[in-house]
Amino acid sequence: MSASTEVIVETKPSPGRPWSVWGRQVAAIMRLEVRKNFLGKRAILIYLLAATPILLMAALSAEIHWQQSRHDNIGEINIVFANLYEGLILRTIIFFGCAWIFMNLFRGEVVDRSLHYYFLSPVRREVLVVGKYLSGLIASGVLFTISTAGSLVFLYVGLGSSGGNYFFDGAGKRQAMGYLGITVLACIGYGAAFMVIGLFFRNPIIPALLIYGWEWINFLLPPVLKKISIIHYLHSLAPVPVPEGPFAMVAESTPAYLSIPGLLLMTAVVLALASFQIRRMEIKYGGE
Amino acid sequence: MIVFEDVSKFYGEILGVNRVTLAIEPGITSLVGPNGSGKTTLMNLMTGLIRPTRGRVSVLGLTPDHPEVFFRKVGYCSQFDSFPSALTGFEFINSYLRVHGRPKKEAQELAWKALHRVDLLEAAHRKIAAYSKGMRQRVRFAQAIAHEPEVMILDEPLNGLDPMARAETIRLFRQLADEGLHLIISSHILHEVNEMSDSVILLNNGYVVAEGAIQGVRDEMEEHPMQILIRCDRPGLLAARVFEQDSVVEAKIHKDKHGLFVKTRDADAFYLLLNTIVVEDGLNVESIAPADDDLNAVYQYLIGGGDAG
Repeated sequence: MSASTEVIVETKPSPGRPWSVWGRQVAAIMRLEVRKNFLGKRAILIYLLAATPILLMAALSAEIHWQQSRHDNIGEINIVFANLYEGLILRTIIFFGCAWIFMNLFRGEVVDRSLHYYFLSPVRREVLVVGKYLSGLIASGVLFTISTAGSLVFLYVGLGSSGGNYFFDGAGKRQAMGYLGITVLACIGYGAAFMVIGLFFRNPIIPALLIYGWEWINFLLPPVLKKISIIHYLHSLAPVPVPEGPFAMVAESTPAYLSIPGLLLMTAVVLALASFQIRRMEIKYGGE
Repeated sequence: MIVFEDVSKFYGEILGVNRVTLAIEPGITSLVGPNGSGKTTLMNLMTGLIRPTRGRVSVLGLTPDHPEVFFRKVGYCSQFDSFPSALTGFEFINSYLRVHGRPKKEAQELAWKALHRVDLLEAAHRKIAAYSKGMRQRVRFAQAIAHEPEVMILDEPLNGLDPMARAETIRLFRQLADEGLHLIISSHILHEVNEMSDSVILLNNGYVVAEGAIQGVRDEMEEHPMQILIRCDRPGLLAARVFEQDSVVEAKIHKDKHGLFVKTRDADAFYLLLNTIVVEDGLNVESIAPADDDLNAVYQYLIGGGDAG
């Protein structure tokens, strides 16, 4: 070690105005976390999850292509994709992808015993929550919009020139934007919910599975209970309506001008809850 | 000044520390005690990683309830030997300086300065995962001092360091203290405390059993034999040479033949001899650690005036 220092640096703390410091801190946290989310050892599972619908749609697209029945059944294919999107991509891939990414934002660091580096930094815990949440949102948003977009590309490619016409001249573009928007909203809503679960529970798998079950039985619930879920609002936004089956309890869809702000409001409330919880949080890795 | 006002911490029904009232003055203060005595608990309480069940802790009049102010003045090098994955030494320090809110250029300059202080410039761009234990210890230390705090809290900072690095680190602590830093260092190796501390706080079973200037503790310790385990490639050679010193009362080769237990009444002198042996005989020392089967006995000895041990 060097007892005498040759590198001479004139440095003074540069706190600046709170908003500018908080902005720099959030950006720094995001850089660290996004890197972990994309390059860390836990990222492999997410890549596999995100690739699943693309591979499935590629196979389906090849099947449609070989059957050469593409010119007549765009409406039917749209329904197939809408079901695949809601059943597989939204309720399973994005759900579990967000669970994995967002629950690990704090829980993963407790397991890795590295959360204390943040707790020992001059950062308000609320700023930490925001930085971590945004990093999770970037990771999940990028991966799952690519996953959704990739699936749509194979859908239209499988339909050949009629697919191209439908996308560029028909309703395809609007529907694609709708699916991508729902994907982003799902990441926003599920992300906030799973981050707070990761903060409150030592073993967040069980609450995550309970939410999964709750979201799946949503169509059976009475209208009032339906609204205590994320899937209800996302389902309302679907560009191609998906029938919920003969046993579904009929409830009016929530219009977009209510469901989108509602989801954002819920996210804000959940993040506030996360901030409250993290202010009380102690580091006791040994007990984890 | 660091102040504990009637502080207690319980983990459920398990006692962490109890009824601690302290006022720690500037300089180097060592927290000494056997494993489980409450040293790390006190340090975690000082830095807000855990909250007191009762009482109040403040550092320079600040509490960790406001980390955005508190951690501009306080640095803590904890015992957790873990890092965010896939970072180099430089990236690790620089990234957390950015988290502090430092602008890019300033963060880089401070990161290089800290790496220079711990002599890790050459390894700065290597992944921390490839570092030795001693290098990981030093990079954590560099991270804790990089933002130039006024108070440094260090939990067992000499663990895993080879004799040369230990000596250099102790010299660096003294230099930092001379620069006006307030250092709180925990250790269960009493002879290290002798070398570097201005004052000492003795802990046992969660209670502060003694505090004050180091001289009194030192006088007691010099007469009490201490057992040390030296992990090295040629323990037989080392065993033959340690008896050059009268204060060595026993040497026993470890059963795996890669270590030597040495019992000495003068640890300071023994470490000097060990350095000489390393230099003269090219002994490859992997680690040095205290090996008293019952460190509690040592503290009982200190506290009980020589009856135990």
